[in-house]
Amino acid sequence: MTDVAVVDYGMGNLRSVEQALRKVAPDADIVVTDNADVIKNAKRVVFPGQGAMPDCMREMDARGLRDAVLLAARSKPFLGICIGLQMLFERSAEGDTAGLGILHGKVVRFANNMHDAHGDKLKVPHMGWNQVHHVQHPLWAGIEQDARFYFVHSYYVQPHDASLVQATCKYPQSFVCAVAKNNLFAVQFHPEKSHTAGLKLLQNFMQWNP
Amino acid sequence: MLAKRIIPCLDVTAGRVVKGVSFVELRDAGDPVEIARRYNEQGADELTFLDITASSDDRGIIFRIIEQVASQVFIPLTVGGGVREVQDVRNLLNAGADKVSINTSAVLNPQLVADASGRYGSQCIVVAIDAKQVTPGHWEVFTHGGRNATGLDAVAWARKMQDLGAGEILLTSMDRDGQKIGFDLALTRSVTDVLDIPVIASGGVGNLQHLVDGVKKGGADAVLAASIFHFGEYTVQQAKQFMAAQGIEVRL
Repeated sequence: MTDVAVVDYGMGNLRSVEQALRKVAPDADIVVTDNADVIKNAKRVVFPGQGAMPDCMREMDARGLRDAVLLAARSKPFLGICIGLQMLFERSAEGDTAGLGILHGKVVRFANNMHDAHGDKLKVPHMGWNQVHHVQHPLWAGIEQDARFYFVHSYYVQPHDASLVQATCKYPQSFVCAVAKNNLFAVQFHPEKSHTAGLKLLQNFMQWNP
Repeated sequence: MLAKRIIPCLDVTAGRVVKGVSFVELRDAGDPVEIARRYNEQGADELTFLDITASSDDRGIIFRIIEQVASQVFIPLTVGGGVREVQDVRNLLNAGADKVSINTSAVLNPQLVADASGRYGSQCIVVAIDAKQVTPGHWEVFTHGGRNATGLDAVAWARKMQDLGAGEILLTSMDRDGQKIGFDLALTRSVTDVLDIPVIASGGVGNLQHLVDGVKKGGADAVLAASIFHFGEYTVQQAKQFMAAQGIEVRL
């Protein structure tokens, strides 16, 4: 049985995710796959995403992966990354796209005229290393409070249920950058590109037994 | 708060890292994989690889280098040089690049920027602009490693690239490249002020104060440097500590 299935629906480069998982779990059987049966049978599922949400939803459906993703998100350790977090919600302002609706809430865009405390313009996409303020959860084990992770995104999630929130970040206002519900955990940043802290989170995911 | 990024740049040719002065007089700086690993350990926020190989025969070398680096270094990797079509973008992403930088081909075929960002997302498309001052306050875009003038105004060009879907601009002053006299701050400020996307300042860093000036005076979101790191004058960590001491938010 596959230990981890990384869901491949043709959107972007999944090698980074695969290589980072191999680094933290050298003995695990890790596959990048667009096969629904492999996803259904895997012990853990990683659901990444890059690019635009309308394309991601369309490509996922074109490959017939919706049911396998829905099932995994409700039944086994599941890690959403970036657009893979945003797709879990009901609706995104990006192309006014319907998401999977596993979590209640929406996805909105950063404003265009934001400024920092020095009056300098804040750019969109929010790109680079920002501090993540987290609450207690097994996936944060061994990760310093306010550790920096690598972000690159223009949209962020607004969950209805505040109890889902596992971490927030500031740009310049606070926004939600991690959520969890039962066996599901999802982050806006890229753990696979976040050096030590990111690898630690992936390692925690590989050992997580919700 | 979002940290300002420090990005060591590795110019690669024939499998080696080299560094030139104003785009010529190349000097060997070592093995790219070894150098990438060293900068990663020193806390680099990203790495940029520019394949400056003229001959297409050697194209395979950069793919092997990126594959090796990507399996060991878990920070964002940008790769540029010789990107002519969407398939080149795809190949570099598949080799392990997180972002692909497009320079000459963006000028020859601006639609490539739209097509590539439409297909893979703006987050992975960097447009590199090599600019040279023509009159005070005006800069022209050059292509082909700085050899060909285009007649394009650098600021207007940067804005056009943003409109076509670039996620970031890598802005190099040809006048300053390798001169170690600091960034062209007027150029940097002119571009960063009119854009909504991040701008990486490049060309001319000779000391750590130059990095500070790029952020504080130039308004850059990230600063790129090569020779001060390659030849051991400073570590990335020293650069970050210097910037932090001057009140710049960095990832230490």
